[in-house]
Amino acid sequence: MKTRILIIASMCISTSALAGGYRVATQGQKALGMAHTGVAMTESSEVIFFNPAAMTSLKNNLDITAGTTLIDSVTKYQNQTANTSAETDNPLGTPSNFYIAQRHDEKLSYGLGLYTPYGNVVEWEKDWSGSHLVNNIELKAIYIQPTIAYKLSDTYSVGFGPAIVYGLVEFNRNLSTSLIDGNGNRSNVTLKASGVTAIGYNVGLLVKSSNDLSVGISYRSKVDLKARDESADFENIPTSLQGEYFDTTFNADLVLPAELTLGLTYNISADTVLAFDINRTYWSAYHNLDVQFNNGAGTSFNPRNYKDANIFRLGVQHKMNDDLTLRAGVYLDNAPINDGYFTPETARADSTGLTAGASYKVSKRMELDFSFLQLIFDEFNGSYDHYDQSGTIISFSGDYKSSVTAIGFGLNYKY
Amino acid sequence: MMLMKNQIIKLACITFACAVVSACDTDFDNPVSGSSGHSGDADLSKFVTIGDSLTAGYADGALYKSGQENSYPAILAQQFAKVGGDSNFTQPLVSDNLGGLLINNVQYFDNRLVLNLTDPTSPSPEPIAGTPTTEAIGSGLNGSVFSNMGVPGAKSFHLGAPGYGNPLGLPAAANPYFTRFASDPATAAMITDAAAQQPSFFVMWIGNNDVLSYATTGGVGVDQSGNPNPATYGSNDITDPTAFAGVYAQLVGAFKVANPAVQGVLVNIPDVKTIPYFTTVPYNPVPLDQATADYLNGQYAAYNGGVAAILAANPAEVAKRTINFTAGQNAVVIMDEYLTDLTGFNPALINMRQATADDLLVLTSSSKIGTLANPADPSTVWGVGVPLQDGDVLIPEEIALIDAARTAFNNTIKAAADADTNLVLVDSAAVLEEISNTGIDYGTGAINANYATGGAFSLDGVHPTARGYAVMANAIIDEINTGFSASIPRVDPGTYTTIFVK
Repeated sequence: MKTRILIIASMCISTSALAGGYRVATQGQKALGMAHTGVAMTESSEVIFFNPAAMTSLKNNLDITAGTTLIDSVTKYQNQTANTSAETDNPLGTPSNFYIAQRHDEKLSYGLGLYTPYGNVVEWEKDWSGSHLVNNIELKAIYIQPTIAYKLSDTYSVGFGPAIVYGLVEFNRNLSTSLIDGNGNRSNVTLKASGVTAIGYNVGLLVKSSNDLSVGISYRSKVDLKARDESADFENIPTSLQGEYFDTTFNADLVLPAELTLGLTYNISADTVLAFDINRTYWSAYHNLDVQFNNGAGTSFNPRNYKDANIFRLGVQHKMNDDLTLRAGVYLDNAPINDGYFTPETARADSTGLTAGASYKVSKRMELDFSFLQLIFDEFNGSYDHYDQSGTIISFSGDYKSSVTAIGFGLNYKY
Repeated sequence: MMLMKNQIIKLACITFACAVVSACDTDFDNPVSGSSGHSGDADLSKFVTIGDSLTAGYADGALYKSGQENSYPAILAQQFAKVGGDSNFTQPLVSDNLGGLLINNVQYFDNRLVLNLTDPTSPSPEPIAGTPTTEAIGSGLNGSVFSNMGVPGAKSFHLGAPGYGNPLGLPAAANPYFTRFASDPATAAMITDAAAQQPSFFVMWIGNNDVLSYATTGGVGVDQSGNPNPATYGSNDITDPTAFAGVYAQLVGAFKVANPAVQGVLVNIPDVKTIPYFTTVPYNPVPLDQATADYLNGQYAAYNGGVAAILAANPAEVAKRTINFTAGQNAVVIMDEYLTDLTGFNPALINMRQATADDLLVLTSSSKIGTLANPADPSTVWGVGVPLQDGDVLIPEEIALIDAARTAFNNTIKAAADADTNLVLVDSAAVLEEISNTGIDYGTGAINANYATGGAFSLDGVHPTARGYAVMANAIIDEINTGFSASIPRVDPGTYTTIFVK
């Protein structure tokens, strides 16, 4: 049964980066409506992701949440010197999540979460100017997190959930800025890895300091996805190189960085809640994306050298009446990329997110959730200065501009 | 109270919608021109180019179809057409992508080179397999004229020579590439076929072979400075700068006679020292252990002793000629005709010395060094036991002759451009120098002059790749834009090919 759920999940979950790096912040429709705040919110079982400790504060014995976000993203590239431009043709991203929380007694709650906090789908035109860096990439990391939470006192709750992480990646790029086979086709390699498994955890603390003020802290651990003996498919290799560049296996490590969130909620009235979160993502753990091939291609060194980055989120929720709740939010997302390390596979500059959301009770127990997000990116001139071709560093630079629009739908069942 | 709250929400929604609408706009503040632009003061309605292999689109030691299609004239014509220029630019395309040339069905020029990487430690260029189909005589192209009048091998004075493509003169006294497409092979001169088209705009890049053929053959030819009669020159000689100046004036004049308002670009001559044909093979490619070095020094002891005895009054030359091998990398032994001839005293004291960093070994010497001059005698290793020949290396005296002639040619070209406001100069020497010194970053990537890996030069080590030609086309476009207040769009060199791997 569990296996089947996994298969279904991996089929329908595809994601598109909408935060710095390959973090995809759409882990709850209610949260997304208010700028993806939530470390101190106690609205629904979305808390399994945002702060496991908050499960103890859910109002119902059973709370089930399911949601999907449709993400339409585009990145444009241009280079003035070369008088060239390109644009991604990304498929619609559909990161999804599922949470179930059950109250055991006054003190103890437990639950299960399934969510995809990391992912990336970028598809440039094949053989475009930056094809030696990436033609297309699809990355997914699916987290399955059984969770328990315990109320230490009326003020303090703690929660913890170990997470099993499944990684899938497909990545294609050309072997150099020029290599072609006898028919003029660019030589390229496709890396495919699936079912890469790793373990992480999510831990949280909730402090209800008064009826109106709650403070939350959560920490999601770093996860190292280690792809071993996965498939590397070399295409369009010139005849005399086929003795070196044949289809083979590869090893590579990809880090899913740790994230610390600190936040609070404040009830400014009986119907209105303000939420403020700060995320710190420890991107500095992402040093490189080196790929070791088991053929003459050897090891491909790809320095990334990310830096830790903060996101500031401010959201508001207002209950219009018993049935309708409205939400809005704004957040500032700082890109974790150092100068000279801007690659078109995660071409994300600093951005501002504007969000809106609504929940509507269709029955006593069932609520429909909607969210909307517009990410506004600065136009950015970036370059990647660490691509080594035959001992020569070849820079790839240009102007980038991105836009992301996301619409999310969810169901929340409370019993 | 409720009303007011609704109004606030309404206002918030409107603000939000406005922000979202502006955010969906992903247009750049300053978008690239793409294929738009204008020709400014340039009249590009009839575009003609004239020159040698570089203008023909020659690469990888051959003239082949895709090379021609990516020649700098073809790239320019394509960009000119985007701003309303000549859309009927024609080239005498060869028949295939193999590149070899037939004369009366017999292969006269080799196929293009591809790089064999079967042994990754020893990449070797070799002609691509196949039987070429391009015939010099009876190609079917004669009788009309072509916009691209680039003929591989042409020197300055060939352009004005009637019957330069005369089939009766083949192969030695005529150029089979011009035989292919001359309007009348027996009588036509390249310049008359070019000027007959009455171009409104031309590019002329000529004079490379006036020094290059001397250089690539290692200086076996003669410096003809002071001899203004090209009819007396050998094929690998350096052209007399005075003869060059006279010819150059006539060529520019021919365009002006055909169209007094003609505009154009004059391209100067690059330094041979910037091309990988002369910079790839090191002067000291011979690895030796101590025992072998000792053995060789023993073999050269008699030579060293003989030279020292006879040239005792000239210690500088003695030092230059003393051959000494050591453990490690060693300089090759080369012939140097500028040394004092001692063979009258002793026939064994030939004009040889070890190379220095100032000597430029030609690319083709790499396949010779280390092999046996006499396969039956293991002591006759080229460059070690037997000196490399004059044709394998450019020595400083020869380089000085090339530099002197090239400097004179470029002064002539610059003066011609300066003298006429309708003409602009493109400093190709500066472009190639930049490629050689630092490489050129063309925005989406970069090229340099490293052989096979640098991306700028094709496998013959002399001619650019398509990507290199694209960089050159951009340099020409830049000068036209400046000189004629135009904004012709540049191309992205990254979309052009480099070398071909087997």
